[in-house]
Formats: sequence, C-alpha cells, structure tokens
Amino acid sequence: MYYFDPHIHMVSRTTDDYETLAKMGCVGMSEPAFWAGFDRGSVESFRDYFRQLTDFEMKRAAQYGIQHYTWLCINAKEAENVELSREIIAMIPEFLDLPNVLGIGEIGLNKNTRNESVIFLEHMELAITHQQQILIHTPHLEDKYQGTRMILDMLRGDARLDRSRVLVDHVEEHTVRHVLDAGFWAGMTLYPVSKCTPARAADMVEMYGPDRLLVNSAGDWGPSKPTAVPDFVLEMRRRGHAESLIRKIVYENPLTFFRQSQNFQFTPPDVLAESPVEG
Amino acid sequence: MQTKLTAPAVLEREFLEMRAKVLQLAASFDRLDRAEGAVAGDSRLAQLAQAIQLLQSEQPGRAEEVQMIFSRTFSPDWRDELGVG
Repeated sequence: MYYFDPHIHMVSRTTDDYETLAKMGCVGMSEPAFWAGFDRGSVESFRDYFRQLTDFEMKRAAQYGIQHYTWLCINAKEAENVELSREIIAMIPEFLDLPNVLGIGEIGLNKNTRNESVIFLEHMELAITHQQQILIHTPHLEDKYQGTRMILDMLRGDARLDRSRVLVDHVEEHTVRHVLDAGFWAGMTLYPVSKCTPARAADMVEMYGPDRLLVNSAGDWGPSKPTAVPDFVLEMRRRGHAESLIRKIVYENPLTFFRQSQNFQFTPPDVLAESPVEG
Repeated sequence: MQTKLTAPAVLEREFLEMRAKVLQLAASFDRLDRAEGAVAGDSRLAQLAQAIQLLQSEQPGRAEEVQMIFSRTFSPDWRDELGVG
C-alpha cells in the first residue's frame, strides 16, 4: 500500500532510510522544521537549515521516488529566545514560495511558558498574513494536556484562522477529542516509548473515526522508528479493518490536508509510472 | 466505528502481552523495594498507585483517565497568569 508520512525529520536519517521507506510504500512525506538537539546561535544557522530542507532533502528523497515537502519555523524549544525567534520569523518569507514549502511548522509549545506562547502567536500572525497552512507540535508527557489546551485557546482566539488548514500533531487519548471537536486536523505520532503506539493509534481511529486523522512516525535523531506508519497499517489489517479505511488514513487524508497548500503539487505514483523517463 | 475483533479474540490476541506488562510492573516495584534509599514521598509513586487502581475500574476511557493522572492541569485563565495578551 502506498502511504504518505506527514511528519518525519529526514535531516536526521540516513539515505538507507529513504531506500527502506520507499520499499515499504512511502511515496511522499512532509518534514517540519524542529530542534536539532542543541540550541542554535544565529539566524544564519536557520537559513542554512531551511536551505537543507527546501533543496537538499527534496533531491535526496527524489532519488527513491519519494516526494518531499517541508514546513518552516523556529521550534518551541528555541522559541524561548524571543530575540532570535523574531529574526527567524522575519527571514522565513524568503522561503515561502519555494516549491516544496507547505507552510509554517512545527510551531507549538514545549514547557508552556510565556515566551513560547508569545512566539507561537507571532508565528500564527506570519501564517495568516501569508495565507500559509500551520503544523503544530504539542508538548511531551505531563505538559501535553495543558499545552494542547493553551494552543487550542490561541488558535480559537483568532477568527481569521481557517481551522481546516491547521494540523495539531502528537495527539494522544486525552487531547485528540479536544482537537477534533474544535475542527482542526489531528496527527498521531508513533513513537517507541513516549507519544503513541500503533495499537493505541488504531484504538483512536476506532473511537473517533477516520476523518481529519493522520498518523506519522516523526522519525528523528532520538529513539524513533521511521517505518512506524507501516506498523500501523499492519495493526489495522490484523484487526480486520478494510483496506479502503487504512488507505484513507495513511494516504488520502494527508493528500486532502496538504492540497490546501498552494505549493503542494503531488503527483500520484501511478501517474508518475506512466510518464516517460528522461535521461 | 467499533473494533472488528470480538472480545474473546482481543483477549486471545493480547493476553500474553498484558500478562507481560503486569509482570514488568511487579518486577519494577520489587526492584524499588530492594534498592537502597527511600522514594516513599515521591509524587510519581502516588501517580502510579492512582493509575494502577484506575485500571481495575469498569468505566470506559481508562487510557484517557490514566493520561490525565500524569498531566499538569489547565487553567482557562492562563493568559492572565502568564501575561500573554
């Protein structure tokens, strides 16, 4: 089955991972900007990172027939540095018209602080001003519920925002209902220890239905599994769910959400296969 | 939408995994008892005790309730409290 991983950090992965993902059916992915594992010191560090996301990774993915898209921002952890964050927010429009940029993300909260909230609101303003979609990171572990509620509060507080163009990621059992009831898209992140397992993600599909729900691996530099979406597919099959339902969640839903971005020019693999090969 | 599996099928499929997880918890508590030092006042132990007790209830939504035990509370007045306009 073809699938689309809507949240994966390929800058942290090897080229071998691209090959494995392609073999497992991955035909497209979107990569939000995130924390590198250390705090960067200048706006130029982020300019280089955005060049990597908008140029190098797209080419690396294409070698394996995977269409790569990206989102730009300063992540919630480094948003604690308000001065640097504002320099980066001012620089982001340089990249917004590039062909694989889908919007602003993954913005969000980390420890639910004042500075994180201020920069979240400024990112929202950037997205609204430039008609961009938004991809949102919700905090980890004990901070998730509080942070998700704060994020929903900020999103609902701006009437200009089109909720169907916002994806709130890393939902779990205690946050998914709040996100869906408010009209946003929800992403379930499959992680080995924290966040969500394939079985719990399948439980949430059974409880809330497949509409506006996505699953992703968020494969990154920490303990994570880039092939987690196929694990979810297998879990759904083992439970006897229809292929059409599984395909909706791992392929059609991502396309429906991303097609709202002006830069999303995804070519389905069956159409690609009928195109003449150049070279 | 409901699960496609019957309750007996779910139990058949998951019994050994559930058994293993309960054993792992039991072994973790034994390990804590054997280790030197005291953690009796650690609030995380109280959270674990509360969560384990909740598992025995027959109400639906246990996973969501367990999540809430390990979560910080949300204040609707957070903007005023943090000074975010």
